[in-house]
Amino acid sequence: MAETKRARTNGAAAQGTQVTFLEAIRQAMFEEMERDPAVVLIGEDVGVYGGAFKTSEGLLERFGWERVIDTPISESAIIGAACGMSYLGLRPICEMQFIDFIVCAFNQITNFVAKGHYLWNAPAPMVIRGPSGGGVHGGPFHSANPEMYFVHTPGLKVIYPSTPQDAKGLLKAAVRDNNPVLFFEHKFLYRRIKGEVPAGDYTVPIGKAVVRREGRHLTILSYAAMMHTSLEAADALEKEGIEAEVIDLRTLLPLDEETILQSVKKTNKCLVVHEDTRTGGIAGEIAAILFEKAFQDLDGPLVRVTSLDTPVPYAPTLEDYFLPNAKKIFSAAKELARY
Amino acid sequence: MKKELTRQQHLDLYYLMRLNRAVEDTMVKLFRQNKIVGGLYSSLGQEAISVGTAYALEKKDWMAPMIRNIGALLVKGVPPRDIFMQHMAKYDSPTKGKDGTSHFGDLENLHIVSPISMLGDLIPVMTGVALAGRYLGQKIVAMTWIGDGGSSTGVFHEGLNFAATQKAPFVLILENNLWAYSTPVRKQVPLENLADRAKAYGMDSYIVDGNDVVAVYTTAKEAVERARAGEGPILIEAKTFRRLGHAQHDPAEYVPKEMRAYWEARDPIALYEKFLTSEKLLDARGKKDIEEKLDTLLEKEREFAENSPLPPAELAETGVYCTGDDCHRIRAKWERPIAEVTPPKSSVEAVWTVPGFGAGQGSGGADAPMHFGDTRSEAEKSGSEGRLAGAGKPAAKVAAKATAKKTVKAAPASASRKARR
Repeated sequence: MAETKRARTNGAAAQGTQVTFLEAIRQAMFEEMERDPAVVLIGEDVGVYGGAFKTSEGLLERFGWERVIDTPISESAIIGAACGMSYLGLRPICEMQFIDFIVCAFNQITNFVAKGHYLWNAPAPMVIRGPSGGGVHGGPFHSANPEMYFVHTPGLKVIYPSTPQDAKGLLKAAVRDNNPVLFFEHKFLYRRIKGEVPAGDYTVPIGKAVVRREGRHLTILSYAAMMHTSLEAADALEKEGIEAEVIDLRTLLPLDEETILQSVKKTNKCLVVHEDTRTGGIAGEIAAILFEKAFQDLDGPLVRVTSLDTPVPYAPTLEDYFLPNAKKIFSAAKELARY
Repeated sequence: MKKELTRQQHLDLYYLMRLNRAVEDTMVKLFRQNKIVGGLYSSLGQEAISVGTAYALEKKDWMAPMIRNIGALLVKGVPPRDIFMQHMAKYDSPTKGKDGTSHFGDLENLHIVSPISMLGDLIPVMTGVALAGRYLGQKIVAMTWIGDGGSSTGVFHEGLNFAATQKAPFVLILENNLWAYSTPVRKQVPLENLADRAKAYGMDSYIVDGNDVVAVYTTAKEAVERARAGEGPILIEAKTFRRLGHAQHDPAEYVPKEMRAYWEARDPIALYEKFLTSEKLLDARGKKDIEEKLDTLLEKEREFAENSPLPPAELAETGVYCTGDDCHRIRAKWERPIAEVTPPKSSVEAVWTVPGFGAGQGSGGADAPMHFGDTRSEAEKSGSEGRLAGAGKPAAKVAAKATAKKTVKAAPASASRKARR
């Protein structure tokens, strides 16, 4: 048992291997903590238990009590303490057990952490990460996509990856960034998505979108779990002769306007898919950017496929209705392509 | 008041309190001349607390003052011009006009963390500072202040509770000035002594007469050294009174006249002056010298501040993010061997394993490691009994070992408690 345990905890991949989304995140933390003793992990049940989703499994065993800190159920204390730690040169990673609980520390994040550099030259290099998103019947308090509260907060960076490779590379980049970075982990992807991660140390740049699939009839912009749903819809669209270009935003703040504009100027149509609720979602911001910077290039309306403007409901029938899915994306895209 | 301090310490405390008051008096004048952009908050009558507590810190220690702790900033070495310029939103101010009042800090040299207006937030932040200091082996203490009103916030609880669970080297000064804006303390907290709140966290606390600078200093000094020695966080309730309104705009007519009169007769500077004079530590000549020194200094500082321009408008757009490395010069300063916190030395072995528990991933019952806190058991320390890895070990025995050496120290009866009568 001891041997298998060790094999699992020694994260650094010798060569490119297939890992789950969750394992990629664990590896990123493991490797960053190996690389730099200033990196510590702080959160609820991250130590003994290895995190509610086992994202930090094995970290306590390797790095000890001083670096893997189990806290009381006090999100504001977690964020506040991490911020204080960063002032002495540490690089804390905070785990929110479910990202829904991040709002318990809303003031600490938006007023203290985010404003420090602007106001008094106090950058807070820290990462706030946690499982987010629906589709797993977690109900209204364990399924949230609260990213836009923070995208509206100058001073923060907001990352929401969709693949193991990006999750690992972006989390490492987040740890090394000199600003507070929010890192959303879609829990639907944790164990459902597997992918290859490159061998050795690598980072993925924050603030860069990526084209997941090339196409010429319309652009589909998405991120996180909906990225995979959008690709599924794109496959179906292909059978109808519609070539959708699918872009993974990866970082929501700062948003990669260049990649978005480049694609839309090519396809002239844009569909935004997000699991976040409709009003105030990133689609609205993207619409504004396109109207400002690509108005002449648009051959159709900006179309949104999003969750409903309701809390995330619990029953599978309700949640399925609430969430976007490949069929909804397919229909919306088809209509837009015809426009 | 006690005489154990050196003559120099007494004179330092006196000078710093006078400086605190003179700086604020100057700002009242600036305010009346419309030269202060926003509000002006006063610590009139509370100078002994800011000065006495901050004076107990060493240079390497960290602090985060609140709005009425101008005195603490001065003790730490902030020049009065910075405080004037902050209030006047000047370009040369520490925040370059991006924020006002005492909302500024200095991570690199003075180790001051800026407050924000939301009360209580500094408590977990300074707990983090304290924990990082301990982690890096720096033997520092972190201190912050809160009012009677601020002690009602949720983050006060979260922060203190976390500090206590971690035994963080952290000292919280609870300035009970009896008023939170217009709300009297009895509507804020149904307790006679706010220090009682510390009990809920298993923390030690002191109560001190906040208008007696020597009592404040000696109490704070004791608390700081105990925190530094690893005894955990300590709360000091300093009883005092907010002599002016919440800010300049507030005439504070809700304060009973008798209450005001009582406290005005207990002015901390006047009390101290009387003591120093009776102890022959200060005479009329010495007092005059200090006053002249303050006048000259503040005249110069005020002039510098007034001559500083307002920031250029475009500055508003800069500095939201730290881009590149030159905006983040803070590097972890290790004062202990890094090897202690890196594997293999940092690695923890399970005290025991429980078959079938916590395997988590549907594997159906592999052994799960169990850990018991960050204190090493006696067995681990002696190394004789090994790591108790056997799954069959009785739970009660091991658990008892892990917690046996904890003793609870009774709250010390402070000298200043007597002073309160």
